[in-house]
Amino acid sequence: MGMKTSRAQVRGLGSAKSGTDHWWTQRISAISLALLAPFFFVTFAIAIGKPWDEAVVLYKYPFNAIVAALFILAVFHHINLGLQVVIEDYIHAPALRTGMLIGLKLLCGLLGFAAAFSIAMIAFSV
Amino acid sequence: MSNTEHGAAINRGNRPLSPHLQVYKPQITSVMSVFHRITGVGNSIGAILIAWWFIAAASGPGQFDFINGFLTSWFGHLLLLGFTFSVCYHLCNGIRHLLWDAGYNFGLDAVRTSGLVALAAAGLMGVGLLIVGWMN
Repeated sequence: MGMKTSRAQVRGLGSAKSGTDHWWTQRISAISLALLAPFFFVTFAIAIGKPWDEAVVLYKYPFNAIVAALFILAVFHHINLGLQVVIEDYIHAPALRTGMLIGLKLLCGLLGFAAAFSIAMIAFSV
Repeated sequence: MSNTEHGAAINRGNRPLSPHLQVYKPQITSVMSVFHRITGVGNSIGAILIAWWFIAAASGPGQFDFINGFLTSWFGHLLLLGFTFSVCYHLCNGIRHLLWDAGYNFGLDAVRTSGLVALAAAGLMGVGLLIVGWMN
């Protein structure tokens, strides 16, 4: 019998099975970033401040380009999850909160895709 | 003041609120936790700059010169200095959080020690990254 209401028993849906999804994907993105960050930031520290032709050359090496693209995708996924919690904690007006969450998700998708695509363009250009 | 009809609404503003962060004495645990969130939000702004940098680099020398000029200005250098330590702090303290998630370091002493270790590691990492950036 359990603790379910009659209605819940008839529908038989149980839990959504995704209650820990946010927590879990946040940790997975954190682990991948901890692994990628040292490689990404050493190359990026070298690249930053260099003129265009010298900076671009660094990201024509497959290793640097792959690390940078993975880092960008993981970082915007991590930002999406992290800032979502910050918004949910501090913004209480429902319309503003929903609007900010939609904006956050669109912006993370846009910047993550655009930056990763740009890295691929640099890597593939001759 | 009666508690009937409008009374409840009038009383609302005078009731004590549940205590929040500011009533507690700052400790290394709570301060580092607050800074984890602050650096996380700060790093998000840094990530926008990184994305901008790559998009500009793919777009061509003209677009790249604009962001490069901004980042190599005195204000840009100040931003990069801040982001460097912000990222290193969030990374080191994040590993501390992952260890907690795995069930380690929950003792009172362990929590203090791991906090100090994370701070020291972040400082060293930040200085190292700045040296790499400076020399190249």
